[in-house]
Amino acid sequence: MPRVPLMAAALALAALSPLVTACGSSADLTIYSGRNEQLVGELITQLEERIGGTVEVRYGSSAELAAQLLEEGDATEADVFFSQDAGALGALGGAGRLDPLPATVLDAVPAEYRAEDGGWVATSARSRVLFYDPRQVPEAELPTGLDALADPAWRGRLGYAPTNASWQAFVTGLRVLRGEDGARAWLEAFAANEPVRFENNIQILDAVNAGQIAVGLSNHYYWYERVAEVGEANVPARVHYVPGGDPLGLVNVAGAGVIAGSPDAEKARQAVEFLVSDTAQQYFADVTAEYPVRSGVSSTVHDLPPLSDLQPPDIDLSDLESLQQTLALLQETGLA
Amino acid sequence: MTGALRARTRRQVPPALVAAAVVPGLFALVPLVYLGVRALGAGPAAVLDVLTRPRTAELLVRSVALAGAVTLTCVVVGSGLAWLLVRTDLPGRRAWAAVLALPLAVPSYVAGFTWIAQWPAVAGFWGAYAVLTTVSYPYVLLPVAAALRSADGGLEEVARSLGHGAGRVLLTVTARRVRPAAAAGGLLVALYVLSDFGAVSLMRYDAFTLAIFTSYRATFDRTPAAVLGCVLVCLAGLLTWAEMRARGAAAQRIGRGTARAVAVVALGRARVPAVAAVVAVAGIALGFPAWSLVHWAAVGSSTGVDWPALAGATAVTLQVAALGAVVTVLLAGPVGVLAARHRGRLVGVVETAAYAGHALPGVTIGLALVFLGIRLVPGIYQETPLLVAGYAVLFLPLAIGAVRTSVAAAPPALEEAARSLGHGRLAAFARVTLPLAAPGVVAGAALVFLTITKELPVTLMLRPTGDDTLAVQLWSHTGAGAFGAAAPYALVLVLVAAVPTVLLDRAMRR
Repeated sequence: MPRVPLMAAALALAALSPLVTACGSSADLTIYSGRNEQLVGELITQLEERIGGTVEVRYGSSAELAAQLLEEGDATEADVFFSQDAGALGALGGAGRLDPLPATVLDAVPAEYRAEDGGWVATSARSRVLFYDPRQVPEAELPTGLDALADPAWRGRLGYAPTNASWQAFVTGLRVLRGEDGARAWLEAFAANEPVRFENNIQILDAVNAGQIAVGLSNHYYWYERVAEVGEANVPARVHYVPGGDPLGLVNVAGAGVIAGSPDAEKARQAVEFLVSDTAQQYFADVTAEYPVRSGVSSTVHDLPPLSDLQPPDIDLSDLESLQQTLALLQETGLA
Repeated sequence: MTGALRARTRRQVPPALVAAAVVPGLFALVPLVYLGVRALGAGPAAVLDVLTRPRTAELLVRSVALAGAVTLTCVVVGSGLAWLLVRTDLPGRRAWAAVLALPLAVPSYVAGFTWIAQWPAVAGFWGAYAVLTTVSYPYVLLPVAAALRSADGGLEEVARSLGHGAGRVLLTVTARRVRPAAAAGGLLVALYVLSDFGAVSLMRYDAFTLAIFTSYRATFDRTPAAVLGCVLVCLAGLLTWAEMRARGAAAQRIGRGTARAVAVVALGRARVPAVAAVVAVAGIALGFPAWSLVHWAAVGSSTGVDWPALAGATAVTLQVAALGAVVTVLLAGPVGVLAARHRGRLVGVVETAAYAGHALPGVTIGLALVFLGIRLVPGIYQETPLLVAGYAVLFLPLAIGAVRTSVAAAPPALEEAARSLGHGRLAAFARVTLPLAAPGVVAGAALVFLTITKELPVTLMLRPTGDDTLAVQLWSHTGAGAFGAAAPYALVLVLVAAVPTVLLDRAMRR
């Protein structure tokens, strides 16, 4: 029994310990970021230096932050929303929670990489690609598109990551492009080829490198990051950008917008402007191995083909938000 | 058993106690108010549409099946282990007591990740079942062990003297003794499983929480998520009511004198299988994730440990968890006392309200606190006080269960004797019942502390900007695929949670 007061004292002591970090939001600018701190933390530091004043960032996942911003409504302290995908920005824009961006910001990127109403602008792009093992698949035999993967010759030799958001976005794109029935038909054919499931894209790349599978459906930057890490000679896998507007070549974006009623709208606009500036675009190209959306910027680290050379399917990125039906379809076809 | 053993009577309920218990009850209604606003805001047609989808029924069946299977296993495993630790001569049982409580410190998303990384084929129902069972059996183990520790051996002795065998005594007298604790623990497990997102999402088991989360992620339409949340709340209400029925009346000590020490059961030849069982549970629930974390830390492409960030996150975690534990127990106290000492509709309503939000996924509670917090108390929005309030809403049931079972085990007759000697109601409670119930209450505080350390969704939404807990840092690193860099945070998280567990074990020793 005498131990109980000890325990209570320990608890009380910990509770009353002085705050180790400053609290209170006195920042000049508050950014809600659905992009990971490990990826964009350094860039935010540069942003802070560029626009002056203190910048606070709340990291979370894009969807939950969008829901949080919708719940906060007018009372929000957020000035900028920096999202991992266009869907979350589209939802905020649709609810009237984004202020239109100035033309100078919007014009920095091609028309397909910004909202029609000017509420958000893309900050970087990522392409769906096929990683393939050249020891098993000579270049001449590379799948020319989606339907080539339904060939029984690929049985047991394909890999995908069912829980990955980019895979799900690809399936959503497939539904938008081919309709429910068209998408179902392809998914059934794909499932019949018994594709190997992986937990994430890194594991897909590992499996292609090891020759466990011949082809993996993934995002382009995993390969470039790996090459930067260990050298191209030590990465057997190669990247195939599927041409011809095929759904396999979907290009998706991360983006940013200014929250309606931001207390410091001017600074918020400057922050978004910075994200599409040469400096930030170079950061995405070099550090995260993503595609810069601003023309004239190319990576000094990674050997990325220019974004303008890719032939993605023609799709409105804000149409990629019907995830519910996508998941239902994936469940139905046994691919969830 | 005779009427004299009834723990809860229809005595006059002190108005002050009711008032003190209603406040946390109202507190717990915050998520329900929000769900009502969101669900009804869309009109009855939209609500009906979500409710009548075949998928909703399917989700209900899947969630209930998972919760049922996990709860049943946890009650059996948790009670069995508690008996081995408290009532037998199991070698090294004091050390085991601390070790076996520790899996509570392993977040379900970490456990889920380690399992799926090792055996990808385990995904689905059985994967979710395995992970949730290994991280939540201590919810039963802890209260049952506390009940067994504070039990009076006299009743068991009487039963033995009447010629009942050891097994029969165990299944009658002892089982009856721990039934309230086991039922309370089982309820917590069931609600935890219903509300868990980490394990079901990693295991791709399509349950309610996954659907709720997907609804936010997919359509950004908060209505379907709120309607599904209402279904979960109804389910929680039903479970809470069922638990009240199952709890039964706790056997009370009667008569004079102190409790008799309980005779320790000699395991004899059963010692080997008993030790094997304990080692197996500890190995699967704690050893395996711990080994996996060390393995990540060793082979991950880690660029060295960021010590200042790790120290900062540890300090923030300790502080918010301690604050949250203290506040939650203070709020839970009156409700627990009321539930332990009195019966009636009011008591049931207050208790059920306090449990109602516990089946909701963290993301829903978080959004509820965002919605109401920014409107009602903008001054403390995204400041520590509101974060702590959020923890209290989330974990009130953990503390209520602990207070209730420990107060229920302290005989009201002693308190009444003190009052007859001229002590006031409060003084009698403070001087007689509280010391008897203290270990259980402290156990509740430790439980809340542990659970807060690994909480993620509410922490992400309500933490002061820049105040990262260990769980937030862990999430951030794993989100970037940097498992090596994430591992130190996970290891420290388990270590931080180990401290109250060990202290708790010491506090429990008599």
